[in-house]
Amino acid sequence: MTPLLSVRGLTKRYGRIVACDDVSLDLYPGQVLGLVGESGSGKSTLLRALVGELESDAGEVIYRTAGGDELTVNALSEARRRKLMRTEWGLVHQNPRDGLRMHVSAGANVAERLLDGGARHYGTIRETVTAWLREVEIDVDRADDRPGTFSGGMQQRLQLARVLVTHPRLVLMDEPTGGLDLSVQARLLDLIRRLARTLGLSMIVVTHDIGVVRLIADHALVMRHGRIVESGVADRVLDDPQDPYTQLLVSAALIP
Amino acid sequence: MIARAVPPPAADAAPRGGFSFGYLDERTKRSIRRGLLKAVAIPGHQIPFRSREMPMSYGWGTGGIQVTSSLIGLDDTLKVIDQGADDTTNAVNIRRFFAKTCPGVATTTRTAAATIIQTRHRVPEAPLREGQILVYQVPGPEPLRHLEPSEEKTRKMHALEEYGAMYLRLYEDISIHGHVATAYNYPVLVHDRYLMSPSPIPRFDNPKLHRNPALQLFGAGREKRIYAVPPYTRVESLCFDDYPFERETWERGCAFCEARDSYLDEVVVGDHGERLWICSDTDYCAQRTETA
Repeated sequence: MTPLLSVRGLTKRYGRIVACDDVSLDLYPGQVLGLVGESGSGKSTLLRALVGELESDAGEVIYRTAGGDELTVNALSEARRRKLMRTEWGLVHQNPRDGLRMHVSAGANVAERLLDGGARHYGTIRETVTAWLREVEIDVDRADDRPGTFSGGMQQRLQLARVLVTHPRLVLMDEPTGGLDLSVQARLLDLIRRLARTLGLSMIVVTHDIGVVRLIADHALVMRHGRIVESGVADRVLDDPQDPYTQLLVSAALIP
Repeated sequence: MIARAVPPPAADAAPRGGFSFGYLDERTKRSIRRGLLKAVAIPGHQIPFRSREMPMSYGWGTGGIQVTSSLIGLDDTLKVIDQGADDTTNAVNIRRFFAKTCPGVATTTRTAAATIIQTRHRVPEAPLREGQILVYQVPGPEPLRHLEPSEEKTRKMHALEEYGAMYLRLYEDISIHGHVATAYNYPVLVHDRYLMSPSPIPRFDNPKLHRNPALQLFGAGREKRIYAVPPYTRVESLCFDDYPFERETWERGCAFCEARDSYLDEVVVGDHGERLWICSDTDYCAQRTETA
């Protein structure tokens, strides 16, 4: 099987500081990759470099499109990259306020990617939006309310619907459970896991929470000081860590 | 069309009281005309221009006045309207401004007699013809501004034709009101390419922009932008397939001229809330009452 996304030797420096140091990884179709590491280990930089939000200093990000073409994402023109981000890719932000339009209704938030894609029939858009709100367990009566009136967990679920409505092939999540309390986290993780299965999503989930990796990831990568120190099947990495840093990280988790 | 725009630097148009013909100096006018040429070449695209301080506050039509000033010549006849009327403060003062700064230029209230019509918030009811220029006063030239406060980002959205989000307002209107409730400044797509704010004209006037034989120029003084719709250019109002664009309609005609095809203003005429619906275009109304 050929990987959906291949990263080769990605490096990003901020002046003297090397935030991502020669990072390579493969993501296969249908795979969920958990990227763990402490604050400042370069996880978010890696994610932002992948989506082209940051210009990398070295290395390649190669993506295989639905049409079978190989795209070097970090060498694409901005127009094509932005198009890719709105069609085949999806990014879920840690803070739903970064990913949602707070001054338009929840329904309009979900509709946006459809409209971006050229949908111009109100009836069908509304139907799709309603179906997606139901899918992420948001009361359809709230469709015309602003996301600002939603709880944190609802906002995060709304963000999921907004990203998934166009069935992206690759979803990147940055700390999707950050800032949520435990019961809400559990419900969200459950939802993410269910959607990943039913839609066959390929995902990269960045988190500092070992528990999140255990619950939703097939494969785990551990980052420290911008380098990947350990990589393997999630259960193996978490139950039998080889690298001293991973051992420390796993033993530091409250509920291992 | 613009070729005629070079005004005669004639001797009788010499500066009066220290002012150039049309208030602006020749160099400024030339730079504005250059902006206008570019605007005509790229219909609907906003061109930055060196907007000058004018002897009136922003919001009073400084953009439109600068455009008119750089076009007007001795053989022109100027008409100025504000909300369709020739006799409101804004219109009267701008007309007087040009009468003072352009000695020898005729002014009129008749749409048919005018070569340049400067307007605030209306398109005249009487159809325009080739050779006429309609100059709009524009407060906010950027249709994407309420979605995206950053100029850098809106420019990128225009460049990449990312206009999907613009439909969100229509989507919300239909979801909440069951129809599109945007009544003025209704966004349009020009020449199948650029999204454009038609300035705060009522939705009623949007169809008049489409394939209009006259040249339509838009000037925003505070925001320092010029844009244009050349004659006979496609101008489409945004809509959904199942919710086509509709103009406003009234159940009555104008109280003076009984016109049913004209945009009507609701005027309160008594202490007990008595109302009158009358044409907003005063010239159109006057022509009709005269001929009747």
